[in-house]
Amino acid sequence: MISKNRSEIIKRYRFLIAMLVITLIILAVKPALGIEIYGRAWSNILGMMAVLPPIFILIGLLDVWVKKETMVKYMGKDSGIIGILLGFFLGSAAAGPLYGAFPVAAVFLNKGSRLANVWIIVGAWASMKIPLLLFEVSSMGIKFTLIRFVMDVFGVLVIAYSIESILTDADERQIYELARKMSQ
Amino acid sequence: MIMTLVFYGLAAIGLIFSLVKSRENTILALKKAWKAFANIMPQFLGIILLIGILLSILSAQQISRLIGADSGWIGVIIASIIGSITLIPGFVAFPLAAALLENGAGYMQIGAFVSTLMMVGVVTMPVEFLYFGKKATLLRNGMGFVFSILVAIVMGVLL
Repeated sequence: MISKNRSEIIKRYRFLIAMLVITLIILAVKPALGIEIYGRAWSNILGMMAVLPPIFILIGLLDVWVKKETMVKYMGKDSGIIGILLGFFLGSAAAGPLYGAFPVAAVFLNKGSRLANVWIIVGAWASMKIPLLLFEVSSMGIKFTLIRFVMDVFGVLVIAYSIESILTDADERQIYELARKMSQ
Repeated sequence: MIMTLVFYGLAAIGLIFSLVKSRENTILALKKAWKAFANIMPQFLGIILLIGILLSILSAQQISRLIGADSGWIGVIIASIIGSITLIPGFVAFPLAAALLENGAGYMQIGAFVSTLMMVGVVTMPVEFLYFGKKATLLRNGMGFVFSILVAIVMGVLL
Protein backbone atom coordinates (compact mmCIF):
# COMPACT_ATOMS: atom_id res chain seq x y z
CA MET A 1 0.00 0.00 0.00
CA ILE A 2 2.76 2.40 1.00
CA SER A 3 4.91 1.44 -1.97
CA LYS A 4 1.90 1.87 -4.24
CA ASN A 5 1.30 5.35 -2.87
CA ARG A 6 4.96 6.18 -3.20
CA SER A 7 5.14 5.04 -6.81
CA GLU A 8 2.03 7.10 -7.56
CA ILE A 9 3.60 10.15 -5.96
CA ILE A 10 6.79 9.62 -7.94
CA LYS A 11 4.72 9.21 -11.09
CA ARG A 12 2.82 12.41 -10.35
CA TYR A 13 5.92 14.47 -9.66
CA ARG A 14 8.45 13.01 -12.07
CA PHE A 15 7.59 15.37 -14.92
CA LEU A 16 7.83 18.43 -12.65
CA ILE A 17 11.11 17.18 -11.16
CA ALA A 18 12.52 16.54 -14.63
CA MET A 19 11.55 20.05 -15.74
CA LEU A 20 13.04 21.56 -12.57
CA VAL A 21 16.32 19.72 -13.13
CA ILE A 22 16.43 20.79 -16.78
CA THR A 23 15.70 24.44 -15.99
CA LEU A 24 18.24 24.49 -13.14
CA ILE A 25 20.89 23.10 -15.51
CA ILE A 26 19.99 25.81 -18.02
CA LEU A 27 20.19 28.41 -15.25
CA ALA A 28 23.67 27.18 -14.31
CA VAL A 29 24.99 27.01 -17.88
CA LYS A 30 23.19 30.03 -19.37
CA PRO A 31 22.02 32.28 -16.50
CA ALA A 32 20.32 34.83 -18.77
CA LEU A 33 18.23 32.18 -20.53
CA GLY A 34 17.42 30.53 -17.19
CA ILE A 35 16.18 33.80 -15.70
CA GLU A 36 14.04 34.42 -18.79
CA ILE A 37 12.49 30.95 -18.43
CA TYR A 38 11.64 31.45 -14.75
CA GLY A 39 10.32 34.93 -15.46
CA ARG A 40 7.93 33.60 -18.12
CA ALA A 41 6.90 30.72 -15.87
CA TRP A 42 6.19 33.07 -12.95
CA SER A 43 3.99 35.45 -14.95
CA ASN A 44 2.15 32.40 -16.28
CA ILE A 45 1.53 31.17 -12.74
CA LEU A 46 0.15 34.56 -11.70
CA GLY A 47 -2.19 34.53 -14.68
CA MET A 48 -3.45 31.06 -13.77
CA MET A 49 -4.11 32.00 -10.16
CA ALA A 50 -6.51 34.66 -11.37
CA VAL A 51 -8.88 31.98 -12.70
CA LEU A 52 -7.95 28.51 -11.46
CA PRO A 53 -9.16 28.49 -7.81
CA PRO A 54 -12.82 29.38 -8.57
CA ILE A 55 -12.88 26.95 -11.48
CA PHE A 56 -11.82 24.12 -9.21
CA ILE A 57 -14.48 25.13 -6.68
CA LEU A 58 -17.08 24.96 -9.47
CA ILE A 59 -15.77 21.54 -10.47
CA GLY A 60 -16.10 20.33 -6.87
CA LEU A 61 -19.66 21.68 -6.62
CA LEU A 62 -20.69 20.04 -9.90
CA ASP A 63 -19.11 16.79 -8.82
CA VAL A 64 -21.11 16.74 -5.59
CA TRP A 65 -24.46 18.08 -6.75
CA VAL A 66 -24.88 16.56 -10.23
CA LYS A 67 -25.91 12.94 -9.71
CA LYS A 68 -25.36 10.22 -12.30
CA GLU A 69 -27.80 7.49 -11.34
CA THR A 70 -30.92 9.63 -11.30
CA MET A 71 -30.36 10.56 -14.92
CA VAL A 72 -29.74 7.07 -16.23
CA LYS A 73 -33.38 6.15 -16.78
CA TYR A 74 -33.82 9.11 -19.10
CA MET A 75 -30.97 7.97 -21.33
CA GLY A 76 -32.32 4.71 -22.79
CA LYS A 77 -33.15 3.69 -26.36
CA ASP A 78 -36.49 5.52 -26.43
CA SER A 79 -35.31 8.64 -24.65
CA GLY A 80 -35.13 10.61 -27.91
CA ILE A 81 -34.29 14.28 -27.64
CA ILE A 82 -34.26 14.13 -23.82
CA GLY A 83 -31.51 11.53 -23.89
CA ILE A 84 -29.50 13.65 -26.31
CA LEU A 85 -29.91 16.82 -24.24
CA LEU A 86 -29.09 15.00 -21.03
CA GLY A 87 -26.03 13.50 -22.70
CA PHE A 88 -24.75 16.94 -23.59
CA PHE A 89 -25.64 18.26 -20.15
CA LEU A 90 -23.96 15.45 -18.21
CA GLY A 91 -20.84 15.47 -20.35
CA SER A 92 -20.38 19.21 -20.23
CA ALA A 93 -21.15 19.43 -16.50
CA ALA A 94 -18.58 16.75 -15.75
CA ALA A 95 -15.14 17.29 -14.32
CA GLY A 96 -11.85 15.55 -14.84
CA PRO A 97 -9.92 13.98 -17.71
CA LEU A 98 -11.54 12.02 -20.54
CA TYR A 99 -10.60 8.63 -19.14
CA GLY A 100 -12.87 9.52 -16.23
CA ALA A 101 -15.73 9.43 -18.73
CA PHE A 102 -15.21 5.77 -19.65
CA PRO A 103 -16.23 4.27 -16.27
CA VAL A 104 -19.26 6.59 -16.25
CA ALA A 105 -20.11 5.41 -19.77
CA ALA A 106 -19.90 1.80 -18.59
CA VAL A 107 -22.33 2.44 -15.73
CA PHE A 108 -24.76 4.14 -18.09
CA LEU A 109 -24.57 1.31 -20.63
CA ASN A 110 -24.98 -1.24 -17.92
CA LYS A 111 -28.18 0.41 -16.75
CA GLY A 112 -29.59 0.41 -20.26
CA SER A 113 -28.49 3.68 -21.78
CA ARG A 114 -28.42 3.93 -25.55
CA LEU A 115 -24.95 3.72 -27.13
CA ALA A 116 -25.26 6.99 -29.08
CA ASN A 117 -26.26 8.85 -25.91
CA VAL A 118 -23.20 7.50 -24.12
CA TRP A 119 -20.92 8.72 -26.92
CA ILE A 120 -22.60 12.11 -26.64
CA ILE A 121 -21.55 12.14 -22.98
CA VAL A 122 -18.02 11.09 -23.91
CA GLY A 123 -17.84 13.66 -26.71
CA ALA A 124 -19.19 16.50 -24.58
CA TRP A 125 -16.94 15.42 -21.71
CA ALA A 126 -13.96 15.52 -24.04
CA SER A 127 -14.57 18.85 -25.68
CA MET A 128 -17.43 20.84 -24.14
CA LYS A 129 -16.84 20.91 -20.39
CA ILE A 130 -18.36 24.12 -19.08
CA PRO A 131 -15.74 25.15 -16.48
CA LEU A 132 -13.13 24.55 -19.16
CA LEU A 133 -15.08 26.66 -21.67
CA LEU A 134 -14.98 29.62 -19.29
CA PHE A 135 -11.25 29.14 -19.07
CA GLU A 136 -11.00 28.80 -22.86
CA VAL A 137 -12.76 32.15 -23.31
CA SER A 138 -10.24 33.82 -21.03
CA SER A 139 -7.19 32.40 -22.83
CA MET A 140 -8.31 31.98 -26.44
CA GLY A 141 -11.00 34.61 -26.81
CA ILE A 142 -14.73 34.40 -27.34
CA LYS A 143 -14.61 33.87 -31.12
CA PHE A 144 -12.27 30.87 -31.00
CA THR A 145 -14.34 29.32 -28.20
CA LEU A 146 -17.68 29.92 -29.94
CA ILE A 147 -16.54 28.45 -33.26
CA ARG A 148 -15.23 25.35 -31.53
CA PHE A 149 -18.29 24.99 -29.29
CA VAL A 150 -20.88 25.35 -32.06
CA MET A 151 -18.97 22.96 -34.33
CA ASP A 152 -18.54 20.50 -31.47
CA VAL A 153 -22.30 20.29 -30.90
CA PHE A 154 -22.69 18.95 -34.45
CA GLY A 155 -19.42 17.03 -34.41
CA VAL A 156 -20.29 15.18 -31.21
CA LEU A 157 -23.76 14.29 -32.54
CA VAL A 158 -22.51 13.12 -35.94
CA ILE A 159 -19.70 11.06 -34.41
CA ALA A 160 -22.01 9.46 -31.81
CA TYR A 161 -24.68 8.42 -34.32
CA SER A 162 -22.12 7.39 -36.97
CA ILE A 163 -20.37 5.02 -34.58
CA GLU A 164 -23.72 3.54 -33.53
CA SER A 165 -24.84 2.97 -37.11
CA ILE A 166 -21.52 1.54 -38.30
CA LEU A 167 -21.38 -1.01 -35.48
CA THR A 168 -23.11 -4.34 -36.09
CA ASP A 169 -25.51 -5.94 -33.60
CA ALA A 170 -22.71 -8.26 -32.55
CA ASP A 171 -20.40 -5.29 -31.91
CA GLU A 172 -23.09 -3.65 -29.79
CA ARG A 173 -23.64 -6.79 -27.75
CA GLN A 174 -19.90 -7.01 -27.19
CA ILE A 175 -19.78 -3.41 -25.90
CA TYR A 176 -22.68 -4.00 -23.49
CA GLU A 177 -20.88 -7.14 -22.35
CA LEU A 178 -17.64 -5.17 -21.81
CA ALA A 179 -19.59 -2.53 -19.91
CA ARG A 180 -21.11 -5.21 -17.69
CA LYS A 181 -17.66 -6.61 -16.97
CA MET A 182 -16.06 -3.23 -16.38
CA SER A 183 -18.68 -1.96 -13.96
CA GLN A 184 -18.49 -4.97 -11.69
CA MET B 1 -9.67 41.06 -14.90
CA ILE B 2 -13.37 40.84 -15.80
CA MET B 3 -12.94 37.09 -16.31
CA THR B 4 -11.42 36.81 -12.85
CA LEU B 5 -14.42 38.59 -11.30
CA VAL B 6 -16.86 36.38 -13.24
CA PHE B 7 -15.09 33.20 -12.13
CA TYR B 8 -14.84 34.20 -8.50
CA GLY B 9 -18.44 35.47 -8.57
CA LEU B 10 -19.78 32.23 -10.03
CA ALA B 11 -17.85 30.17 -7.51
CA ALA B 12 -19.12 32.34 -4.64
CA ILE B 13 -22.76 32.11 -5.79
CA GLY B 14 -22.38 28.34 -6.22
CA LEU B 15 -20.89 27.97 -2.76
CA ILE B 16 -23.66 30.02 -1.14
CA PHE B 17 -26.40 27.94 -2.80
CA SER B 18 -24.58 24.77 -1.85
CA LEU B 19 -24.16 25.89 1.78
CA VAL B 20 -27.84 26.72 2.07
CA LYS B 21 -28.76 23.24 0.83
CA SER B 22 -26.17 21.18 2.68
CA ARG B 23 -23.16 21.97 4.79
CA GLU B 24 -21.71 18.45 4.44
CA ASN B 25 -21.95 18.41 0.66
CA THR B 26 -20.33 21.81 0.46
CA ILE B 27 -17.39 20.61 2.51
CA LEU B 28 -17.21 17.51 0.31
CA ALA B 29 -17.27 19.73 -2.80
CA LEU B 30 -14.43 21.84 -1.44
CA LYS B 31 -12.44 18.72 -0.59
CA LYS B 32 -12.97 17.42 -4.13
CA ALA B 33 -12.01 20.82 -5.52
CA TRP B 34 -8.80 20.81 -3.51
CA LYS B 35 -8.01 17.23 -4.52
CA ALA B 36 -8.56 17.97 -8.21
CA PHE B 37 -6.36 21.05 -7.82
CA ALA B 38 -3.60 19.21 -5.94
CA ASN B 39 -3.69 16.37 -8.46
CA ILE B 40 -3.09 18.63 -11.41
CA MET B 41 -0.63 21.04 -9.76
CA PRO B 42 2.63 19.11 -10.31
CA GLN B 43 1.84 18.41 -13.96
CA PHE B 44 0.66 21.96 -14.35
CA LEU B 45 3.85 23.51 -12.94
CA GLY B 46 5.94 21.15 -15.06
CA ILE B 47 4.12 22.24 -18.21
CA ILE B 48 4.50 25.90 -17.25
CA LEU B 49 8.27 25.38 -17.01
CA LEU B 50 8.19 23.55 -20.35
CA ILE B 51 6.31 26.47 -21.91
CA GLY B 52 8.94 28.80 -20.43
CA ILE B 53 11.74 26.75 -22.00
CA LEU B 54 10.03 26.41 -25.38
CA LEU B 55 9.16 30.09 -25.65
CA SER B 56 12.57 31.25 -24.45
CA ILE B 57 14.48 28.99 -26.83
CA LEU B 58 12.20 29.03 -29.87
CA SER B 59 11.91 32.39 -31.50
CA ALA B 60 8.59 33.63 -32.84
CA GLN B 61 9.89 33.05 -36.37
CA GLN B 62 10.71 29.42 -35.64
CA ILE B 63 7.27 28.76 -34.15
CA SER B 64 5.52 30.38 -37.04
CA ARG B 65 7.60 28.32 -39.47
CA LEU B 66 6.52 25.06 -37.74
CA ILE B 67 2.84 25.75 -37.05
CA GLY B 68 2.58 29.38 -38.09
CA ALA B 69 -0.11 31.05 -40.14
CA ASP B 70 1.94 30.33 -43.29
CA SER B 71 2.81 26.72 -42.42
CA GLY B 72 -0.39 25.68 -44.23
CA TRP B 73 -1.48 22.06 -44.37
CA ILE B 74 1.80 20.66 -43.11
CA GLY B 75 1.46 22.85 -40.02
CA VAL B 76 -2.12 21.69 -39.51
CA ILE B 77 -1.06 18.05 -39.79
CA ILE B 78 1.89 18.57 -37.42
CA ALA B 79 -0.37 20.34 -34.92
CA SER B 80 -3.04 17.59 -35.20
CA ILE B 81 -0.54 14.82 -34.61
CA ILE B 82 0.95 16.61 -31.60
CA GLY B 83 -2.56 17.19 -30.24
CA SER B 84 -3.59 13.56 -30.75
CA ILE B 85 -0.58 12.11 -28.98
CA THR B 86 -0.06 14.51 -26.10
CA LEU B 87 -2.19 14.37 -23.01
CA ILE B 88 -2.29 17.94 -21.75
CA PRO B 89 -5.16 19.03 -19.48
CA GLY B 90 -7.23 21.91 -20.82
CA PHE B 91 -6.20 24.24 -18.00
CA VAL B 92 -2.67 23.92 -19.24
CA ALA B 93 -3.36 23.53 -22.95
CA PHE B 94 -5.25 26.80 -23.38
CA PRO B 95 -2.54 29.04 -21.91
CA LEU B 96 -0.01 27.11 -24.01
CA ALA B 97 -2.14 27.58 -27.14
CA ALA B 98 -2.64 31.28 -26.34
CA ALA B 99 1.09 31.71 -25.82
CA LEU B 100 1.82 29.98 -29.14
CA LEU B 101 -0.69 32.25 -30.90
CA GLU B 102 0.94 35.35 -29.42
CA ASN B 103 4.25 34.09 -30.70
CA GLY B 104 3.24 33.61 -34.28
CA ALA B 105 1.35 30.32 -34.55
CA GLY B 106 -1.67 30.34 -36.86
CA TYR B 107 -5.34 30.03 -35.81
CA MET B 108 -5.88 27.10 -38.17
CA GLN B 109 -2.98 25.17 -36.68
CA ILE B 110 -3.87 26.04 -33.08
CA GLY B 111 -7.50 25.06 -33.78
CA ALA B 112 -6.31 21.66 -35.02
CA PHE B 113 -4.06 21.29 -31.97
CA VAL B 114 -6.75 22.19 -29.41
CA SER B 115 -9.45 20.10 -31.08
CA THR B 116 -7.37 16.93 -31.46
CA LEU B 117 -6.08 17.40 -27.93
CA MET B 118 -9.65 17.10 -26.68
CA MET B 119 -11.23 14.62 -29.06
CA VAL B 120 -8.38 12.25 -29.87
CA GLY B 121 -6.50 10.38 -27.17
CA VAL B 122 -3.85 8.02 -28.49
CA VAL B 123 -2.35 7.63 -25.02
CA THR B 124 -5.68 6.70 -23.43
CA MET B 125 -6.75 4.30 -26.22
CA PRO B 126 -5.72 1.19 -24.28
CA VAL B 127 -8.18 2.21 -21.53
CA GLU B 128 -10.88 3.00 -24.07
CA PHE B 129 -10.43 -0.45 -25.68
CA LEU B 130 -11.37 -2.01 -22.34
CA TYR B 131 -14.72 -0.21 -22.27
CA PHE B 132 -15.75 0.10 -25.92
CA GLY B 133 -13.66 -2.48 -27.77
CA LYS B 134 -11.19 -1.77 -30.58
CA LYS B 135 -13.61 -1.07 -33.40
CA ALA B 136 -15.66 1.62 -31.64
CA THR B 137 -12.56 3.20 -30.08
CA LEU B 138 -10.76 3.48 -33.41
CA LEU B 139 -13.92 4.84 -35.03
CA ARG B 140 -14.37 7.50 -32.32
CA ASN B 141 -10.75 8.64 -32.38
CA GLY B 142 -10.50 8.48 -36.19
CA MET B 143 -13.64 10.56 -36.65
CA GLY B 144 -12.43 12.95 -33.96
CA PHE B 145 -9.22 13.46 -35.95
CA VAL B 146 -11.05 14.16 -39.21
CA PHE B 147 -13.49 16.46 -37.41
CA SER B 148 -10.60 18.41 -35.87
CA ILE B 149 -9.21 19.09 -39.34
CA LEU B 150 -12.65 20.48 -40.24
CA VAL B 151 -12.56 22.72 -37.15
CA ALA B 152 -9.13 23.92 -38.24
CA ILE B 153 -10.40 24.79 -41.72
CA VAL B 154 -13.35 26.76 -40.31
CA MET B 155 -11.05 28.59 -37.89
CA GLY B 156 -8.68 29.37 -40.76
CA VAL B 157 -11.55 30.90 -42.72
CA LEU B 158 -13.23 32.81 -39.88
CA LEU B 159 -10.34 34.00 -37.69
